Amino acid sequence: MATILAKFLLLLFTISICNAVTIPTPISDSHRSAALQLFHGSSSSLEETYEALRVFEILALENKPDVSAATCQNVVENLGSSSSLKDLFYALKVNGILKCKVDRAVFQGTASRLKATVNDASTLVDIYYTIGSLVLIKDQAPNVDMLLADADGTFHSIKALSQSDGRWRYSSDNPESSTYAAGLALEALAGVISLASSEIDQSRVNTVKSDILKLFDSIQKYDDGTFYFDEKFGGGREHQGSLSTTSSVVRGVTSFAAVTSGKIDLPGDKVLGLAKFFLGIGVPGSAKDFFNQVESLALLESKRVPIPLVLSLPATVYSLSKKDQLKVTVNTVLGSAAPPLTVKLVRAFHTDAKGSAVIEGKELQYDQSRGLHVLSVFPDNVDVGTYVFVFEIVLHDSGSENDYAIGGQIHVPIYVTGIVKVSNAEIAVLDSDLGSDETQKTLDLAGTDVVSLSANHLQKSRFSFQLTTPHGRAFKPRQVLLKLRHETKYEHIFVVRNTGKKFEIILDFLGLVDKFYYLSGRYDFELTVGDAVMENSFLRPLGHLELDLPEAPEKAARLPPLPVDPYSRYGPKAEIGHLFRAPEKRPPQNVSLAFLILTLLPFIGFLVGLLRLGVNFKNFPSSAVPATYAILFQLGVAAVLLLYVLFWLKLDLFTTLKALGFLGAFLLFVGHRILSHLASTSAKLKSA
Amino acid sequence: MVRSTTKDAQDLIRALWSAYSATPTNLKIIDHYVAFAVFTALIQVVYVALVGTFPFNSFLSGVLSCVGTAVLAVSLRIQLNKENKEFKDIAPERAFADFVLCNVVLHLVIMNFLG
Repeated sequence: MATILAKFLLLLFTISICNAVTIPTPISDSHRSAALQLFHGSSSSLEETYEALRVFEILALENKPDVSAATCQNVVENLGSSSSLKDLFYALKVNGILKCKVDRAVFQGTASRLKATVNDASTLVDIYYTIGSLVLIKDQAPNVDMLLADADGTFHSIKALSQSDGRWRYSSDNPESSTYAAGLALEALAGVISLASSEIDQSRVNTVKSDILKLFDSIQKYDDGTFYFDEKFGGGREHQGSLSTTSSVVRGVTSFAAVTSGKIDLPGDKVLGLAKFFLGIGVPGSAKDFFNQVESLALLESKRVPIPLVLSLPATVYSLSKKDQLKVTVNTVLGSAAPPLTVKLVRAFHTDAKGSAVIEGKELQYDQSRGLHVLSVFPDNVDVGTYVFVFEIVLHDSGSENDYAIGGQIHVPIYVTGIVKVSNAEIAVLDSDLGSDETQKTLDLAGTDVVSLSANHLQKSRFSFQLTTPHGRAFKPRQVLLKLRHETKYEHIFVVRNTGKKFEIILDFLGLVDKFYYLSGRYDFELTVGDAVMENSFLRPLGHLELDLPEAPEKAARLPPLPVDPYSRYGPKAEIGHLFRAPEKRPPQNVSLAFLILTLLPFIGFLVGLLRLGVNFKNFPSSAVPATYAILFQLGVAAVLLLYVLFWLKLDLFTTLKALGFLGAFLLFVGHRILSHLASTSAKLKSA
Repeated sequence: MVRSTTKDAQDLIRALWSAYSATPTNLKIIDHYVAFAVFTALIQVVYVALVGTFPFNSFLSGVLSCVGTAVLAVSLRIQLNKENKEFKDIAPERAFADFVLCNVVLHLVIMNFLG
């Protein structure tokens, strides 16, 4: 339990640090494995194929040979036919990496076609693709005639689209300007300069250089020194995010810097800020973002602009008990070695005491075998706690200072952890008046022994202990909590305060009677001591206390409900007891049967009476037809009675009514016949 | 005086009995039927007085069937009695047919209410 708590606290603090200040780390193997995953599929377009190949080239990963063959075929097809400018451009880019076998005649034909379209191109994108393709052909087929006849004119037409704030428009019809377009334009201008048959006027080149500086004035930044370019709003073209915009500018600026003789005075901190921006992305998720990031970083390393050097620390948590050493690495953005330099630890200070420095002016030793700068031993005054270390890079070759962008002082938060000693733990029950120790017990908090005490409401309990750091100083952790839990699960938490060296808490039960809800009984003690820099944070049960409190008065507050265990919501609920109406009292069965027989008696009496009267069947018709009707009538009545019995026993009203309808009709008919017969016979008798 | 009252009562009963004997047989049958119905009703009332009215609908159904059929029988007797001048023109068979039909309907309702 204690170790779990300690690890959790440590993790929380590490996460919080990472969110606060991210120190960029150079490209590492995680990038390479991500690249293999992102770019594994067969790409549909030449643009994606080119991106994959370029990433593999920069990260020095192996290409798949069968993919190369298929791609080469695709490239040759595109070069031969009249495909779009974009496809041609990317086909040539792919060819630049794969170096497929293409006929010189194909190059010649393509070049002449392109030279013809240069003057017709109206939009910036078209000019960009055309000039870019021509530059690529020049690199791949050196003996083909590439030079532009009217380089000045092309230069002018590109420059005409520039804006005063350093950005560019896409075409003369479209008034919106874009930073992404500025990148394309700079690359195109660089291409024109390299293809020009005669020198371009130097003043024009200088105008472009000042355009670049104006563009850098509009750079955006984050608080931690990261610089990037972004578009103001989407506009007509699809919105380019900050990554693609910044990569486009980097591409443009580096290609322009490559063809011009003088230097462009780009401020070093902005270049370093751009490197931080690209590295701060981490490992991008999409192929296009990955390509933009890696290609921009490679271009920043290409010596055309000051090369950014990145200082990073493999670990920011150092353990005194394990005697860790402070390690620092300085690399270029792609992870390759830096020029000879020294890392200076300018000063280190505790986050609570920003004024006084704990370490000042130390140089780190360079370990050649591991490529690290190391501070072998922390000085004695570095105790457990949170510090900020301030580093500075000093190049050995002071002349090459303009070639590298190293930034100023770098602030890094460092955690120094150690084992905190817990000692002199004492717990006692005191008499309130005298303050004398009735029962005092010492505890070894490192072990597992527990105490058992008893007290009543007139007494106090005192608990004290000391915390010491590995270097012998008093330590104040973030959490020192004492919890008392009653057997009914009511808990009370107290913060233990420190005075100087000692942590002490005195619980005066007289004042706490109300807070404890007048519950007497056994209370369990639990002590929690925790901090991020404490390697042995713990949660330890101390023992129990039998507390005798007076009875609750009638006006005392009712016990608040205990927090419900949240998982009990999903358990079974209490059984519901249904209350049914008590069944009515029924008579005993014998009584009912007796009365049933009694009820039938009058019927028997009726039959007896009839017999005594001398009823007979003499009037029953003798001839056949009336006789049948008579019989049917009697049967019909009997059937109706039977139907009623069935109705009572099991039928429902509708069935009965249906049957009764039929029977009734039958009965009416038959009854009518027999009764009319009887009537006619009696009428005959009367008349006769 | 007591002896004369009892003798008067006996004479009265004897006179009633001899007058009653003169009634036609079919009317006597109907009288027997009515007596049967009334006695059945009385027995049911005694039963309910003994054990309580729990299924009250059944009690009502039973008693009302007896009473209803008695009423219908009485009306049949009225119609069949030759001394009633109002019903001279109605054929006895017609009266009997009415009696049967009304009983059929009454007993349907009774059976539905019996539960």
